[in-house]
Amino acid sequence: MSDSYKCPVRTFGRGIHPANDGKSLSRELPVRRAPLLENYFVALPQNIGAPPSWVVKVGDEVKKGQLLATPGGKVSSAIHAPTSGKVAEFLETPGPTGAMVSTLKLTADGKDEWTELPPPLDWKTASREELLQRIADCGVIGMGGAAFPTQIKLAPPPNCKIDFLVLNGAECEPYLTADHRLMLEQPERVLTGAAIASKILGNPRTLIGVEDNKRDAIDRLNRFAGEYGVEVLVLEARYPQGSEKQLIYALTGRRVPEGALPAAAGCVVQNVATAAAIADAVCEGKPLIERIVTVSGEALMHPENLLLRIGTPVLEAVRLCGGIREEPGKLLLGGPMMGFAQKNFDGMVWKNTSGILLLPPRLCVQYESTGCLRCGRCMEVCPMNLVPCSLASAAESGKMDLALQNNVLDCLECGACAYACPAHRPLVQHIRRAKAEIRKMKKK
Amino acid sequence: MPKGDRLVLSSSPHLRTEDRVSLVMLKVLIALAPTAVVAIWFFGWPALRVLLCTTIFCVGAEALWCAMARKPVWGTIRDGSAMVTGLLLGLNLSAGIPWYGCLLGALLAIWLGKQVFGGLGHNPFNPALVARVGLLIALPAMMTTWVPTRQMAAQPETEYTRVFYDGVTCATPLGVVGTTPKVMGRTPEAQQTFAAVDNPTALKNYFWGNLGGSLGECSAAALLLGGILLVIWRLINWRIPVAFLGTVFIITGIVHHWAPGLTPSPLFHLLTGGVMLGAIFMATDMVTSPMTRRGALIFGAGCGLVTSVIRIWGNYPEGVSFAILFMNALVPLIDRACVRRPFGYVRYRGGEESK
Repeated sequence: MSDSYKCPVRTFGRGIHPANDGKSLSRELPVRRAPLLENYFVALPQNIGAPPSWVVKVGDEVKKGQLLATPGGKVSSAIHAPTSGKVAEFLETPGPTGAMVSTLKLTADGKDEWTELPPPLDWKTASREELLQRIADCGVIGMGGAAFPTQIKLAPPPNCKIDFLVLNGAECEPYLTADHRLMLEQPERVLTGAAIASKILGNPRTLIGVEDNKRDAIDRLNRFAGEYGVEVLVLEARYPQGSEKQLIYALTGRRVPEGALPAAAGCVVQNVATAAAIADAVCEGKPLIERIVTVSGEALMHPENLLLRIGTPVLEAVRLCGGIREEPGKLLLGGPMMGFAQKNFDGMVWKNTSGILLLPPRLCVQYESTGCLRCGRCMEVCPMNLVPCSLASAAESGKMDLALQNNVLDCLECGACAYACPAHRPLVQHIRRAKAEIRKMKKK
Repeated sequence: MPKGDRLVLSSSPHLRTEDRVSLVMLKVLIALAPTAVVAIWFFGWPALRVLLCTTIFCVGAEALWCAMARKPVWGTIRDGSAMVTGLLLGLNLSAGIPWYGCLLGALLAIWLGKQVFGGLGHNPFNPALVARVGLLIALPAMMTTWVPTRQMAAQPETEYTRVFYDGVTCATPLGVVGTTPKVMGRTPEAQQTFAAVDNPTALKNYFWGNLGGSLGECSAAALLLGGILLVIWRLINWRIPVAFLGTVFIITGIVHHWAPGLTPSPLFHLLTGGVMLGAIFMATDMVTSPMTRRGALIFGAGCGLVTSVIRIWGNYPEGVSFAILFMNALVPLIDRACVRRPFGYVRYRGGEESK
């Protein structure tokens, strides 16, 4: 029996856990490095905030890890070449959300030669500024999905005293196992990144929360955690356990005030994959040019956890997994609860793409929704303690003021309500619309 | 390789629970089954006839309405809510009610109680109770003539049966109490009548279901079993029945203690009439009860209060239906009063944060 069973299991309470979470498709499969492809499509921007700007032009020869785009402001992040080769062209491609973005097509030369990397830093002696600069130079962003530039997140406002650095190893999204495999196979990389981030923040208590459906990863982390001054805490497997505010509450008992950043509660949260990228950047000078992606789903022939370069076309990832078992009903970038459905296979891997999922048509049935029964299921699962069904019906009848009054803007859009609704009402979709319309009204 | 021609574009979440409205209704029907079986056991074939009539008429009324309103007939009936309403209505009627009484009840429940408001989920009042009260006002004689249970009719005449049973029809314990002169203080006659219907043997009979009344009012044991199922399946908020029954118990207990000639013991009140049926199956109707925990407590306590007041001081011997309908009307207000505090909202008390 694993040692982790002795630990208390922490949780935020509400939320859902799907009966079939799809993780068994890929959880036992070691990460496999994808072979070099002919072309990579690096989209801009990879981060939220200000878009970076290209510093290369068509015809340029670039080396692996060479700067392709330089940050376009404070909240922005650099982009680097995933391999050595030639800049073939700039084109417009659809991003995960369908919006068209500027994309660089890089034709690989097959040599996969590194550019001259910055020298490794000894993180124990390096200064805070040096470390932050290195993380910024290497284009590290939040890899859990938010894509927020990491150097900004690690430099909270000076008036906030940071008591906790929380590492998010919850991976509460169904199907995804990329973080699980990372923690299991490279626990020291994750823990080094955690220690570096902790040093930058002035050595707060460093916690890493992992859901109890990843006992093996918890045990692996625990073996090394002491050396790095990190505590491994067990979380209940429950979606959305990995949502920032819920994770902080489960691990530290603190509540992030409404409308505020975690720093207001003395916490900074980093994804485990981001921590690993921090470690690479600092200890090896390697920019963020590849990541582990769970390529999975029942419609895929051989689900896998692949180490893919940023800019790998989705279709190539599918090919690497042996193609399809049946024509998929949905192609998702990200997890099934918050990921984006795609209309074709033209997308590519971004820095925050944690999963490529091909769901079979039987899981993609468009339900007809009926009237609200007021059963209260949505209310029970809402991690923000809202009443989703009343918010949705307010939005449906155009009463945005009522929705606003009932705190619609606090919704995380995690989708637990829409998952749980027995009447199959599109609750979170109505709420999203209400939020968008209220924001529009506020701007005016 | 994939062609991508079957890709569905939709907004997240992309997974859905397997639960459906029809499954919810099926579970409610299963929870009602013990009560229905016990009713048939005690009242015989007439009970089955009434339950079948109301269920079939309710489904028929729903189908007819949907056909007239050009709504999908099968799509509406499939959710099973008309069956639940029909069964609940049947359990609210006497075994002796004729088929046209059932028909009128079904029309009242489905048309006036539910469909005029827009169908399932939009009705402010519990449809089965709308029908029960409608019938009580329209056909008072039919609704208050009760048949004895088979066991009661077979028994030799005793002190206990003589109070209720005149050979053809039968009084409910609450009816007996209701017609007793309501005088404050310890009137000898009132005390005597109460003692005849409110003693350990009688209470045991009430618990297992051997008493006159509506089909669903007979067995508290079967109703409790159904209630436990509903709570386990998380289909009802346990706070509503607990608050309802608790309030009835406390209020009648206090009044009984100070004026035993005015009302029988609180256990008598819990085990007779529609309190159990109302608290477990009618007041907990999802559509017409508050969703928040605090709201459920207020709602349940309100139902208990109104029931007790009608039973003790009102002209009707029974007040459960009126109490629930009255509280149904207050649900929007209760919901408005019980706004949930979102996660992360800090309540300020005198300038100090409280967690």
